[in-house]
Amino acid sequence: MTADRMDTDHIAADRTSHDWDAVVIGTGPAGMAAAAALAEGGARTLVVDEQPEIGGQIYRAIERNRNHSRLARILGADYLRGAPLAERLRASGAEISLGTLVWRIDEERGVWIRRHGAIERVSARAVVLATGAMERPVPTPGWTLPGVMGIGALQIALKSGGLVPAGRLVLAGSGPLFLLFARQCLAAGVRDMVLLDTSDSTHLLGGLPLLPRALTGEGWRYLLKGAGLLAALRRAGVPFYRGVRDIALEGERHVTAIRFVHRGGAARLACDTVGLHEGVIPQQQITRSLGCAHEFNPAQGSFRPVLGASGTTDLPGIHVAGDAGGIIGAQASAHDGNIAALAILRDIGRLAPEAAERRIAAETRARHAHLTVRPFLDRLYPPRAEILAPADDTVICRCENVTAGALREAVGRGVTGPNQAKAFLRCGMGPCQGRLCGPTATAIIAAATHRSPEETGYYRVRTPLKPVTVGELAGLADHGAPNAERNRERPS
Amino acid sequence: MTTGRQHDLIVVGGGLIGSAIAWGAARTGADVALLDEGDVAHRAARGNFGLVWLQGKGVGAPAYMHWSLRAGHLWRDFAQALVDETGIDIGWSQPGGLQFCFSETELDARRRVAAATRADGGDIEIEILDRAALLERVPAIGPQVVGASYSLLDSHVSPLYLLRALQQGLQTRGGTYFPTARVSALRAEPGGFAADTARGVVRGRRIVIAAGLGAAALAPQLGLSMPVRPERGQIIVTERVKPFFSYVGSGVRQTAEGSFLIGSSHEEAGFSEETDVTTAATLCAAAVRAFPQIADVNVVRQWGSLRVMTPDGKPIYEESQRHPGAFAATCHSGVTLCSAHAFVLGPAIATGTLPDAVACFRSDRFDVQAH
Amino acid sequence: MFRRIEPAPAAGTLVFDGRSIAFQAGDSVATALIAAGVERFRDHPRDAAPRAPYCMMGVCFECLVEIDGRQNQQACLIPARDGMVVHVQTGARQIPERGHDR
Repeated sequence: MTADRMDTDHIAADRTSHDWDAVVIGTGPAGMAAAAALAEGGARTLVVDEQPEIGGQIYRAIERNRNHSRLARILGADYLRGAPLAERLRASGAEISLGTLVWRIDEERGVWIRRHGAIERVSARAVVLATGAMERPVPTPGWTLPGVMGIGALQIALKSGGLVPAGRLVLAGSGPLFLLFARQCLAAGVRDMVLLDTSDSTHLLGGLPLLPRALTGEGWRYLLKGAGLLAALRRAGVPFYRGVRDIALEGERHVTAIRFVHRGGAARLACDTVGLHEGVIPQQQITRSLGCAHEFNPAQGSFRPVLGASGTTDLPGIHVAGDAGGIIGAQASAHDGNIAALAILRDIGRLAPEAAERRIAAETRARHAHLTVRPFLDRLYPPRAEILAPADDTVICRCENVTAGALREAVGRGVTGPNQAKAFLRCGMGPCQGRLCGPTATAIIAAATHRSPEETGYYRVRTPLKPVTVGELAGLADHGAPNAERNRERPS
Repeated sequence: MTTGRQHDLIVVGGGLIGSAIAWGAARTGADVALLDEGDVAHRAARGNFGLVWLQGKGVGAPAYMHWSLRAGHLWRDFAQALVDETGIDIGWSQPGGLQFCFSETELDARRRVAAATRADGGDIEIEILDRAALLERVPAIGPQVVGASYSLLDSHVSPLYLLRALQQGLQTRGGTYFPTARVSALRAEPGGFAADTARGVVRGRRIVIAAGLGAAALAPQLGLSMPVRPERGQIIVTERVKPFFSYVGSGVRQTAEGSFLIGSSHEEAGFSEETDVTTAATLCAAAVRAFPQIADVNVVRQWGSLRVMTPDGKPIYEESQRHPGAFAATCHSGVTLCSAHAFVLGPAIATGTLPDAVACFRSDRFDVQAH
Repeated sequence: MFRRIEPAPAAGTLVFDGRSIAFQAGDSVATALIAAGVERFRDHPRDAAPRAPYCMMGVCFECLVEIDGRQNQQACLIPARDGMVVHVQTGARQIPERGHDR
């Protein structure tokens, strides 16, 4: 270990371009707020994002679109909340590095990045992981066909390119984004749109006890917005099927139709584009790769890293802010970013403890006001059961075309967890590195072995977290290769 | 899970060695119980490079060389039998192995290996290829490669599918695979042995400990000795590439799926399975020297796993003198020796004996060396 | 198929499998291609089935294309640039089998 570690330090030192007080990963609401607050507090701060523009996914292309009156109107007031945040980040003095992939983080808070085709390591006294959420994978028969996308993905096309689907659009799913995007399509002039709501109306009853609390704080605004979206869609006469299940996509080279069951009867609609959505889940690749403890949150049906106050992980100096730590939404995420930043400023001696506590308390109250509605929404919109228990012939691992049935068969032969399943089936071994099958694999194995998702566990996530090439890694070996000779001598 | 039924053979350890012995024993009709850990056990099979590598193996240790070569010659029949019984494509092919040399000094070293192997009567042809001869076989080779040693006996396989097939083959033969049955204690009883596992007690007339690094603590409980330590190996795997390099390379090979495997390292890192950038860089640099064209290929994963090393790097096979019927087996070449473990060792242990060929691999050889 | 809610002036042109595609400022390669009606980005390495962007945010790796001779590039993460030459990614990456020195 010792010789190895010295080598690592040698390369790391050689490749480390700057030592920062803080490196923030992600420029969504949490990342923008964290980086701005850190820089405002005097910390030398670098914020990176793999996209070419700041904003993350929720405020995607905010700096371009805020002045685009039509698109700004379509996307709505909540989207435009990203504009002052972006301004704040720009004015804060934080260094912003876009088009920058993070492919590894080491225990010494070294962040390995690739930008402009070159690899560097940036080290910091504190790292804020503000990597946000991704759409929950929705394994559905035919979901690998071109023309089938996440509703979040369709919304990204709208934000980043002013694009809306032409021809018939079917949106199938549930949750706030499902309704919001439908409304945005309406405003954008999409005429031929059908909504298949997969939420179960019985969940409304279960959610009622949570409703009083949901009306407190800022919660009522979310509920009012939801009611407004529904009313607008109804006024416009958008076909709206409720309680839809057993969805399947048809097509040879591109989706051509969607099948589903509605009120006990089979239905089929020809279509040109399908958007699927069953909520969002935290992006856990980085925290998993670092070996941080994770827990399963049954209310949200997803894993999240175990975090302390102000987003601390079990690794010193590594914080998580925003949806990456559990789904809290954009506005609470911005407060979360502020909280992490204030705690870091305190820890590195840039902010007096009393001032930090006072400001953290205020941010925590503001954050909490946005969370009152969350338990109600979580109860109202759980993911539809069939995506957690897909039919045997449904592909769950898109990269390696592994089906739910193949996984169940392996479990029947004694595979007890996701890692053995990965080894035996290549499930999760493709380029997406298990992002699109991990949640499903855990759910299927848990069900088949009568254990909880937490007991079942999750893939061990390996670096590189994003693609780097063999040549880029080889290029780091300019300092001689002490192990190479031995490796050739002892090949097996 | 305990039924009070006494199995003919308990195999402690569901890795490549234990699973091969278990399948081999079950093929002779024995009722075998294979005890394995859960999802996140240290698994050397996960970190195996997948080589059946024989050229140069056991130079200076003829018994090891001959045992390995026997395994090498058994591989074709072994792979066929496994595929026939399970229907699982284990990705085995035998295009021959190439060890690339980047200097005349390295090439001379390979010549000496070939000569030493001949002198010890090794049943293997090792051909030395100069650059021109190598280019005939591998036109894509990089400019820094001056030659290679080549053996037709070398082959490669997916170690993960191999493990899966062995465990499935065992079940097909009526054996029982017990996952999440980590063994906490072993003891001798009248007429057999008992294993305390996380899922209850399992009993058997005979027992073999093939628990990798876990054997160090378990073996002494039955009068056996397994002085093993971990050695970390890191491997890099790339995205799929269309068929490019069909041979088995010593540090870089292309799998049946198309991925390149690049590796692996040899490190003293205790029980850490972490990875580091220096090792990744070193491994990739060597691969690019062999094949400059793979520089643009994306890396998908880098991981570390623990090999099971004995003090002299050779296997240990022994039967307990205090408790006859209790055996132990370990080696760091779980793939290369897999055929012999399944076809020779497993059937012998099922009948309560060790093959003569492995009689010299007892652990007491280390006691002698210590004095 | 997609359409723009408002036409904007072209910021440049890329070539996709021989076809010229004008793109707008801010377009990623993926955005430019779907706006132009491209339905198939790659053929899957296992079954050669057509695949196209699914997540648009860099996590699904379904939008892989060849850009300026480099294969398996994530179209949704790479900004469109004038003169870019883009091709469908047909199955697994292909690398030349011949060395450079003979």
